[in-house]
Amino acid sequence: MKMRGFEYHRAATLDDALATLSEFGDDAKVLAGGQSLVPMMAMRLSSPAHLVDTGKLTTHDTITETDGMIAIGMRVTHAALEQSALIATAVPLAHAAAPHIGHRAIRNRGTVCGSIAHADPAAELPAVAVSLNAQLVVRSTRGERIVNAADFFHGYLTTALEPDELLTEVRFPKRGAIAGASVHEVSRRNGDFALVGVAVHLEFAKPSTKKGAAVIANAGIGLFGLGGIPIAAVEAQSLLVGNPTSDDLFAAAADAVMRNIDPMPDNHATAQYRRHVAGVLTRRALADATNQALAAS
Amino acid sequence: MNSTNSRIAVAITVNGTAHELQVPARQTLAECVREELGLTGTHLGCEHGVCGACTVLVDGQAARSCLVLTVQADGATIETVESLANDDTLHAVQQAMVDNHGFQCAFCAPGFLMTIKALIDNQAVLTKATLREELSGNLCRCTGYASILAGAEAVLGLTGESNA
Repeated sequence: MKMRGFEYHRAATLDDALATLSEFGDDAKVLAGGQSLVPMMAMRLSSPAHLVDTGKLTTHDTITETDGMIAIGMRVTHAALEQSALIATAVPLAHAAAPHIGHRAIRNRGTVCGSIAHADPAAELPAVAVSLNAQLVVRSTRGERIVNAADFFHGYLTTALEPDELLTEVRFPKRGAIAGASVHEVSRRNGDFALVGVAVHLEFAKPSTKKGAAVIANAGIGLFGLGGIPIAAVEAQSLLVGNPTSDDLFAAAADAVMRNIDPMPDNHATAQYRRHVAGVLTRRALADATNQALAAS
Repeated sequence: MNSTNSRIAVAITVNGTAHELQVPARQTLAECVREELGLTGTHLGCEHGVCGACTVLVDGQAARSCLVLTVQADGATIETVESLANDDTLHAVQQAMVDNHGFQCAFCAPGFLMTIKALIDNQAVLTKATLREELSGNLCRCTGYASILAGAEAVLGLTGESNA
């Protein structure tokens, strides 16, 4: 099918993009990498009257460190995220998630901010954002505001973004000294959206002199493919923090994940299967993140 | 004026030739190379980013030309499958596919060839296992993946190592 016609606006500057969004509001969509929006338009699931192309705003393609946060500009692609040395060292969860996003040709075009603004509940980066308590920098002609990831995702493909607002930057907190991350997902084929996915970031307290299991100081668990929005596994996180790692602890966290989700069945997987796999992947990701953190410390 | 039918000026370089075009906003890059420029080597399978048949290189990186609007490619350098052979001399990736009987119906061939060319050009560090991941975005409905992988492994110098 051919997509419906639309009026095309190529933003020359950020202010230009914001002015166009302000003028057309609900009738306009932002075209970033186009790797989610263009297929939706090709299938006529979305037929916006106006597209605002941010492709020429190339000054927003940087990844920078400021005040303990790693800021990713709106033109940073998944491929750039995957290849960034700063991301690999400072935001290991984003680094771990990147290779799972679509295929190479998708990652070359799609953007980090675009994926988060699109808010597909089966996508990796929205789950990374909630598990790391990312800050989302939102701009409009009315000014700038910062939305916490916990408040950003409202429902399936629906976010806190107002029709005239643009997600210009995502800020991830820089990892602690002893930290590890792991992303596990199950999909029908390599590169497909996840049927179930778990993104885990763990930080550990400085090891004490006595021998013993490392104590978890901070835990972020993001679940994807398990509901209408990416889910922070809050109960599992609080079970983990302050406790030494053990198989029993990870099993308890996995049980908490399984208890607190209400997955939807579809053609690809039953709700029961999704819940079961969520528990299995949580245990695996917790173990991998622990091993990564302690091997490097 | 019905603005959705208006045409937009785009400057693109395709296979070394600069073009200044006036295109409809909704035209995809795949439609552009096929219909505006007559380069029908790029094949359209699914037209929504699943099959990989329409893969071309945009500024040296693999991209699905059905998921790129022509207007987004303004200023970009595009390579299509037609850029591979030099008169009668096949590109190394094409020759490797011939040598390994890589393709059956070959509808998917343009996408596989350009995906593999990007790996060569970008000097990707690969194993047989990661090569499979790199090619997982290209579908072959003949399901002749083994011979496609054999051709890709040959041109990428991965024939000696184990399957790990």
